[in-house]
Amino acid sequence: MPYAKRRRLVTSAVALTLGATTLAACGSDSGDSETESGPVSLTYWTWTPGMDKVVDLWNKGPGKKDQITVTVKKQASGDTLVTKILTAHKAGKAPDLVQAEYQALPTLVSNDALADIAKNVGEAKDSFADGVWQQTTLGTDAVYAVPQDIGPLMFYYREDLFKEYGLTVPTTWDEFAETARELKKAAPDKDLTTFSANDSGLFAGLAQQAGAKWWTTSGDQWKVAIDDAATQKVADFWGGLVEEGAIDNQPMYTPAWNKALNTGKQIAWVSAVWAPGTLTTAAPATKGKWAMAPLPQWSASENRTGSWGGSSTAVTTDSKHQEAAAKFAAWLNTDSKALNALAKESGIYPAATNAQTSGAFLKPPAYFANQADFYSKAADIAETTAPSAWGPNVNVAYTTFKDAFGAAAKNKSDFGAALKKMQADTVADMKKQGFEVAE
Amino acid sequence: MSSLAVPQAEPVAGSTPGTAQDRPPLRRRISLIPTVTLLLGAAYCLLPVAWVVIAATKSGSELFSTFTFLPGTGFVDNVQDLSAYRDGVYWEWMANSALYAGLGALLSTCVSAISGYALATYRFRGRETIFNVLLAGVLMPPVILAIPQYLLLAKADLTDSYLSVLLPQILFPYGVYLARIYAAAAVPADVIEAGRMDGANEWRIFTRIALPMMIPGLVTVFLFQFVAIWNNFLLPYIMLSDDEKFPITLGLFTLLEQGANTPALYTLVITGAFLAVFPLIALFLVIQRFWSLDLLSGAVKS
Repeated sequence: MPYAKRRRLVTSAVALTLGATTLAACGSDSGDSETESGPVSLTYWTWTPGMDKVVDLWNKGPGKKDQITVTVKKQASGDTLVTKILTAHKAGKAPDLVQAEYQALPTLVSNDALADIAKNVGEAKDSFADGVWQQTTLGTDAVYAVPQDIGPLMFYYREDLFKEYGLTVPTTWDEFAETARELKKAAPDKDLTTFSANDSGLFAGLAQQAGAKWWTTSGDQWKVAIDDAATQKVADFWGGLVEEGAIDNQPMYTPAWNKALNTGKQIAWVSAVWAPGTLTTAAPATKGKWAMAPLPQWSASENRTGSWGGSSTAVTTDSKHQEAAAKFAAWLNTDSKALNALAKESGIYPAATNAQTSGAFLKPPAYFANQADFYSKAADIAETTAPSAWGPNVNVAYTTFKDAFGAAAKNKSDFGAALKKMQADTVADMKKQGFEVAE
Repeated sequence: MSSLAVPQAEPVAGSTPGTAQDRPPLRRRISLIPTVTLLLGAAYCLLPVAWVVIAATKSGSELFSTFTFLPGTGFVDNVQDLSAYRDGVYWEWMANSALYAGLGALLSTCVSAISGYALATYRFRGRETIFNVLLAGVLMPPVILAIPQYLLLAKADLTDSYLSVLLPQILFPYGVYLARIYAAAAVPADVIEAGRMDGANEWRIFTRIALPMMIPGLVTVFLFQFVAIWNNFLLPYIMLSDDEKFPITLGLFTLLEQGANTPALYTLVITGAFLAVFPLIALFLVIQRFWSLDLLSGAVKS
C-alpha cells in the first residue's frame, strides 16, 4: 500500500482500487486459449450427474488417440444456465461444449452462440428418430446440436388401485376423463391425477401430441401459434376436468404431492420416460405397484406422444476447436460404449434409437421391476414422438404459463383465457426483442 | 442460511454507565404487546431454521412422508452421503466459501477502515462528492453489478478464478460508510492533533492510534461483509464455471438442479444447508466479545 506522508491522498480506497486493477491486468489463469496445432483441450458445461466418468472413457479412448481432452464443468440445469451461457458468450468466454435443452436451442442460436456443425455430425442423423433430430436443425440445413436424451410422454398408473376400483387403463383422452369421474364416484377422496401449472414442459408436450406447433418461421418472420386449435383443445380438456372437480388442481413436485402419490391419494401421473427416478424419491412406499402405458390419444386411430424434457450437446461459436468439439459431441451421443455409460452413470434415456433397447435398457428400472417390458414399450412410444417447434423465447412463454395457468387452476377458472394471455405475452416479448412476428 | 444474517444489536457506544443503579429500581412491568410481538417475530425467523434442523435428520424416504417436525433417523447417513458426493466436493465448497468470505471480508474491512478514516478526518476537495457516490453505492444492489463485473473481468482474463469472486467484493460501500460514521464518532480530532504534535506521521497515527479505536466498528463491518459474501449467489454463479471453485450456495444449487430426469437430491441439499450454518454461528460467537471493547473511555477527558 502506498504510504502518504504529508500529502493527503484523496482516499486510500482509490489507491487500493488502482492496485487491484493493476493486479487484474497482470493475472491470467484461463485455460481456454490454446494454439491451433497439437493437442486440443475442450471444456464442457453439463448438469448431467456422472458425466465426468463418461468423459473419462473418451479421454482414455478415442480422445487420447486424437489428442482431444475434454474437461467437464458441472453446472446447474435450467433457464439460468442459458443466461449464463449467453453472458459468457457476450464476453467471448463460452465453453467449447454446452448441454442445452431442446427448447433452449432457438434462444442460443438466435444469439449466435451455437456453431453449425452439420459438416461434422451429418452422418449421426441416422441414429435418431426424425422428430428428435429435427429439433436440432430448427428446420434449416444447419445442425446446431447432437441429441442426447429425450423424454417421451407416457401414462403411469397404480396397477393395484386401478384393479381395486375396477378401472381400465384409458387409451383415449375421453376415456381418461371417464376414468377420472368413475374414480371420483368410487372413492370421492381420491384423484386420478392433478393438473399442475408449475412445470410448463408437460403442457407443452401435451400440446405437441395434439399437433400444436407453437413457433414456426416463414422467411424472416416468426409465427406464434400458442393459442391454436390444438392447444385450445388441450387447455379446455384439462380446464374442464379441473372445473368439475374430476381431478385435483394442486401443483406437483411439492411435499404434499409426494405424499399424495406415496399414500395413493393420486393414483396416476402423466409423465415422461424418466418418471421412475422421480417416483423413487417421491413415492418410495409404492415401489412395484405402478405400471406404464402409452399416453391416451385424441382419437382411437392416432398413435402419438409429446415430449417433456430432454437435452442435447452443442458446440459454441466461441470454441476455437469446433471440429474437435463436434467430434466429441457425436461420439458421446452415438457411440454404444458412451451411451451405455450415460445410462449407467447418469441414468439418462438416450435419444439414439439403437441404444434404447440395449445395454442398461434390457431390464426394467428397479422401481418398475413388475413390468418386464418397460423399456421395449418405452422405445415403441418414443418412436411416435410428434415433432416439436420451439422459438427464441420459450422461457417467456413458460413463465406466463406458470402464472396464468397457475391462477386459472387455483381458481378453477377458464383455461382458454390463460392460453390467450400466454400467446399475447409471448408475441409482445418477441416484438420487444426485435423479432419480426407475423400476426 | 439468510435468517442468520440478521445483525446482532450493536452496543451503544459511549453509553453512560451507572445510571440504572443510581435510581431506585422501577417496578418490573412485563409489557405484553411488545413481548408477544417479539415472540411472534422470533417464531417466524426460527421456524424455518427448526425445519432445516429436523429435515436434515430425515432419510430420503422419511423426508416427505413423515410428520414435518418429527425427527428422522438418517442424519449420519445424510452426512456420509454428502461427504461421498463427487469425492467430497461439498467440503471443498465449504473451504471455498470460507476463503471467499474470510479473505474477502478481511480485505474489504481494511479498505473500509482506511477510506472511512480518511473521509472522516481529512478535509479535501471532493470529499462530499466521494461520500455521496458511496452512499449511492450503498443503495445499489450488488446483484445488478454482477454482469458488468463479469464482462470487465473477462477482459482481464480473470473469470473462473478465485480472484474473480474476491476482487468485486473488496470494495463494500456500506462498510466504508459505516467506517466513516464510526471513525467520526470514535476517533476524536484532539487525539489526532496530539499525535501530530508528537511528530507521528499520518500512517502511524492511523495504524497506532485511530485503528485500535475503530476496532468495534470494524468488527461490525467484517461481520456484515462476511455474511454477505457467504450468502452471495449471483456473483459466483456468473463468474465461476468450475464446480471445484464453487462456494456452498452455488454447490447446493447444482445438487438441486440436476436436470429433469434426475430427482433433486433434497436430503443432501438440506443437510448441506444445515451444516453450512455452523461456520456463521461459530463466527458470531467468537467475534462477539470484540464488540464490548469500549476504547472511547479515557482517550479524551471532557
